[in-house]
Amino acid sequence: MNRGGLLRYILKRLLIAVPVLIGITLIDYLLMNLAGNPIDMLIGPRVTEAAKAAKMAELGLDQPFLVRYWLWLTELMRGNMGYSLMTYQPVAKMIAQNLSPTLLLMGTSMLLSFLISIPLGIYSALKQYTLRDYAIVGTAFLFISIPGFFLALVLVYLFSTKLGWLPSSGMKTLGGAGGMLDTLRHMIMPVLVLAASVTGSNIRYIRSSMLEILQQPYLRTAESKGIGRFKVIGKHAFRNAMIPIVTLIGLQLPMLLGGAVVVEQIFSWPGLGLMTMSAILNRDFPVIMGVSLLAAIAVLMANIITDILYAVVDPTIRYD
Amino acid sequence: MTENSYLRTIWKRFKRHRLAMVSLVFLSFVIIIALLAPLIAPYHPDRISGDFGAPPGNGHLLGTDDVGRDVLSRLIYATRISLLVGVLSTAISTAIGVVLGLVSGFFGKFIDAVIMRFTDMVMSFPYLLLVLVAAAIFGPSLLNIIIILGFVNWPGVARLVRGNVLSLRERAFVQGALVAGLPKPYILFSEILPNTMAPVLIHSSSVMAFSILDEAALSFLGMGVQTPTASLGNMLGAATSQAVLTDLPWLWIPPGVVIVLLVMSVNFIGDAIRDAFDPTNPLV
Repeated sequence: MNRGGLLRYILKRLLIAVPVLIGITLIDYLLMNLAGNPIDMLIGPRVTEAAKAAKMAELGLDQPFLVRYWLWLTELMRGNMGYSLMTYQPVAKMIAQNLSPTLLLMGTSMLLSFLISIPLGIYSALKQYTLRDYAIVGTAFLFISIPGFFLALVLVYLFSTKLGWLPSSGMKTLGGAGGMLDTLRHMIMPVLVLAASVTGSNIRYIRSSMLEILQQPYLRTAESKGIGRFKVIGKHAFRNAMIPIVTLIGLQLPMLLGGAVVVEQIFSWPGLGLMTMSAILNRDFPVIMGVSLLAAIAVLMANIITDILYAVVDPTIRYD
Repeated sequence: MTENSYLRTIWKRFKRHRLAMVSLVFLSFVIIIALLAPLIAPYHPDRISGDFGAPPGNGHLLGTDDVGRDVLSRLIYATRISLLVGVLSTAISTAIGVVLGLVSGFFGKFIDAVIMRFTDMVMSFPYLLLVLVAAAIFGPSLLNIIIILGFVNWPGVARLVRGNVLSLRERAFVQGALVAGLPKPYILFSEILPNTMAPVLIHSSSVMAFSILDEAALSFLGMGVQTPTASLGNMLGAATSQAVLTDLPWLWIPPGVVIVLLVMSVNFIGDAIRDAFDPTNPLV
């Protein structure tokens, strides 16, 4: 694809995303309305109907749905995501405060997962139908099938309860000196659990994309020229196998975000997931919907970036 | 090749996947136990039948839980719930996905654009979060969980079916039917649908595996099947208390192992079906 084509493609991809983005905010707002009248959430039960109606008119809640949606959207544009029903803090501030521990967890897990799955996936493809291939694929299936919370319980049981090697909850030792090493020790188990969930599907994905590439005629050509197996795989096959791996990053984000909710809950990791789960248990809908909205937008952006990267990396793909 | 010998070839290929054969036997065994639960379970799953937290043995094969209910009986009934959720929610999501995918791919243009953008929207929300939110709004109960999982899980199927329809639409037998003036719904359901069933079946096996995992995760977090009804997830949820985790391992290890085996066997069977339908594989 030439430069002009690429630019046009990027522009088109961004344009398609606009209705999706609007749709996401609409779904989010609709869900929030299904959750109940915000007035009942804001004020207690011992308020007269008249006072309720007055408050609703004051907040613009007596308006039709689309008008309310528009009001909400304009507030959202200004960075106002509403207030928590539990802590009365602005939702945007709460999210900002809890974001970095979750990003740390997710980033490390993604990195670890790639470090494990790329070599294993490629090795497994090169040794297709051997005992080692079966062992790797079998392990991948185990990782896909094991629920994160069960793996977490097993790890806590082994390494915290029985062996006493690793702390089972939090991000820092209470009353301890803290520091990077302390955080690292707290991170090990949550990262392992989160990484396990995506590593299994990564291995299978990388293995099959590598297998597909190994059958391509240009590899046969390269091999028949006698440039050596290592060079063939390293230079020709690996680089092309990397292209589909780009999509994996986009696919993983929703999985990791969902996984973070469970993992943070079990390990009391003070991040977005823990905050969201306590909001869900307390029916704190402004917080829940704020997080959902942000997560959905993040996933949408990741998908756009993935698509664009794909177009940049792979010149043979044509988009209409 | 006749229909019959085609199916026989598929079955022959399927049998080569040894792990899938083992899984098939295991899954059949679990299904039979789940169906016959009232006859097989030694005790009533929700009633107290022994000491508090008794270890395995002494009339209770897997011991009793912290309020004295028989763990084995609860495990049998919990498996029943998991399979029920897996099968029903997969049926719902597959039905929604197939219809939307067929319509989207066949009619194209504006309808296609609308359906696909809607699919993008639903797919953008992190799946587990959406399910948790829905459970918080509509209330956690067995029926709600089945419906919620069914209504959230369809985008994958819809995209798959749409892609298939797009390529099938250009094939001669569909073009021929169109030229012959056959009614469009007839072409859609009698010509195109049967030809896209194999990939749908393969995909739905992984949807079912995910549904079982998701029900377990929801119940584990307290937003799914509620006690006293036993589910594999809420049995594991008991182990979030340090006392249960440390002192009563027979409460949470068996349901965890059952989930892993159940999901793994569904995945292996799906994998074998995929291989069996793959036309590039040798004919046995």
